[in-house]
Amino acid sequence: MSGRLSILIAEDSAADRMLLSTIVSRQGHRVLTASNGLEAVALFEQERPQLVLMDALMPVMDGFEASRRIKESAGEQLVPIIFLTSLTENEALVRCLEVGDDFLAKPYNQIILQAKISAMDRLRRLQQVVLQQRDLIAKHNEHLLTEQRVAKAVFDKVAHSGCLSAANIRYLQSPFALFNGDLLLAAFKPSGGMHVLLGDFTGHGLPAAIGAMPLAEVFYGMTAKGFSMAEILREMNAKLKRILPVGVFCCATMLNLSFQRRVVEVWNGGLPDGHLLRVASGERVPLVSRHLPLGVLEPTAFNEAYEVHPLLPGDRIFLLSDGVLETHGASGQLFGEERLLEVFAAGHSPERLFDEIQAALAAFRGEAQDDISMIELSMVEDGLLARPALAFSDSGQSSPLDWSVSFEFRAEALKRFNPLPFLLQLLMEVRGLRAQGGALYTVMAELYSNALEHGVLGLDSRLKSDAQGFARYYRERGQRLQALSEGFVRFSLDVVPEAGGGGCLRIRVEDSGKGFDVARALDRPQDKECLSGRGMRLIRQLTHHCQWSPDGRGAQVEFRWPA
Amino acid sequence: MAITAMPSGDGQELTIHIQGRFDFSAHQEFRDAYERVSTTPKRYVVDLKGATYLDSSALGMLLLLRDHAGGDHARISLVNCNPDVRKILSISNFEQLFQIG
Repeated sequence: MSGRLSILIAEDSAADRMLLSTIVSRQGHRVLTASNGLEAVALFEQERPQLVLMDALMPVMDGFEASRRIKESAGEQLVPIIFLTSLTENEALVRCLEVGDDFLAKPYNQIILQAKISAMDRLRRLQQVVLQQRDLIAKHNEHLLTEQRVAKAVFDKVAHSGCLSAANIRYLQSPFALFNGDLLLAAFKPSGGMHVLLGDFTGHGLPAAIGAMPLAEVFYGMTAKGFSMAEILREMNAKLKRILPVGVFCCATMLNLSFQRRVVEVWNGGLPDGHLLRVASGERVPLVSRHLPLGVLEPTAFNEAYEVHPLLPGDRIFLLSDGVLETHGASGQLFGEERLLEVFAAGHSPERLFDEIQAALAAFRGEAQDDISMIELSMVEDGLLARPALAFSDSGQSSPLDWSVSFEFRAEALKRFNPLPFLLQLLMEVRGLRAQGGALYTVMAELYSNALEHGVLGLDSRLKSDAQGFARYYRERGQRLQALSEGFVRFSLDVVPEAGGGGCLRIRVEDSGKGFDVARALDRPQDKECLSGRGMRLIRQLTHHCQWSPDGRGAQVEFRWPA
Repeated sequence: MAITAMPSGDGQELTIHIQGRFDFSAHQEFRDAYERVSTTPKRYVVDLKGATYLDSSALGMLLLLRDHAGGDHARISLVNCNPDVRKILSISNFEQLFQIG
């Protein structure tokens, strides 16, 4: 038995009205009565009864019109209307059900009337529950969207603290890509150059977004401190493995783009092929996934081996998330790799490719793209990109000004430890050097790689005269480093204050290699398009003084700063 | 989506058959397939013959199975992969973790 309802009875016959009122109030309900349709509508609007018993044929306004108005006034609420009728033709009864919810034939049967009131009340309550739940869902959804907006704003501060707006980058990313698990990061390295990462976490929503924050922190933090791509990858993998549940991981491609050395290092774990397009030859080099995604392997099993490709100004690199290949067409088929390769093969000029890929996707899909991420990077001449000064979180007041220190890194250390971030952190304590931080990073990196590669490992830079030799050079570098059992690189740093306020840093680097013919190396003509031999020239340009020891086993450079 | 698990006669091996799209919607069913068995199999076979599609969530589920089956000591083979499925497995380099046939 349902609870007490407020029921409106609209009936023009006073006798019937009386009879019905008695039956209904005896059943425990509150009764309102009207003697025609117009009265019924007015009473409904005033009293808002929960159920209506409506005579079909009445003077002034009939039951059908009155029902329409009551339904309209009730809006989303279900106010069940039971027609009271002596009509018997099918057509009239169908009409009752079109406007109302049920009908009861005259003369009235008390028991049936009671049963119908109960049934209609159940329906009314059901509708109420549905409406409540709908509103609740809408509220939750609104709440969720607000949370996502806040989370995204916080995340954007972290993720976009980088250089996605640099002149050599174009990218496409949905504003809510984060909640598709897509992640796009780019940052200048202190030594020039650029680190770029396109990541795609498993799944969607919050679980996919949650790993993005620590990944971005590691990426930006370590890049700013001068760590190498391999070290950053290793750290990102270890961190994700530690914090993410099994089964959640991040497919990613990371690039280390060096404008000075004109190379790109590529590590791809689980993303579709990236594409390197050589502008001169039109050749397309696929950047293939060779690794498990980040966050799958234990740190000890992780493999950070990367590929190195030489680049010339104008060469382009495209990275895409699998959302691009999995874009659905109207009839359900996937965009797929072949369609993408057709766009590459169509012979568009390189600077139009990004637009052409976008156009091909739009044509294929026929609507806006909201779950794809794509980035295009161009190789540009070194020094063309405006980049911000290095940022420091401390005030630099504790600047130490009169000291020297010397480090020797031997075989076992050279194999697995990159001393540069460590040395550079130390030097950045000197406030006067901070303004030239970028140049200092570059010079240190060049000095170290010269000492390690040409000195300790005995690699000949002339190997890098073409693309194949280039690949061989880096393969050889990896093998020789792995097999290294003796040798050293020694850094001596000497910081001295100068009269009047400024100071001077002297860096001396020595290695255990065989040395080289300094005079000949410096005389070698610098071919603009040559893939090697930029290092020494750079060092000369960026330091106040530089000098190679005559036996080619060491170099000394100076940085000065004013008061 | 239909996932069925079939232990071998000696209970040493459990074969999990996947039908249709293997994606996030299969999450619970796939877990049940290896968690709700009375035997303790030494080897697992995931038969992808009927799998038309596989997404990154499915890769995650395979990693969960691997974890359940002993992590680095797990013996799991993925068999009857169609070319699309094989491609997805190979992009993620899952052959380093699973035997793929």
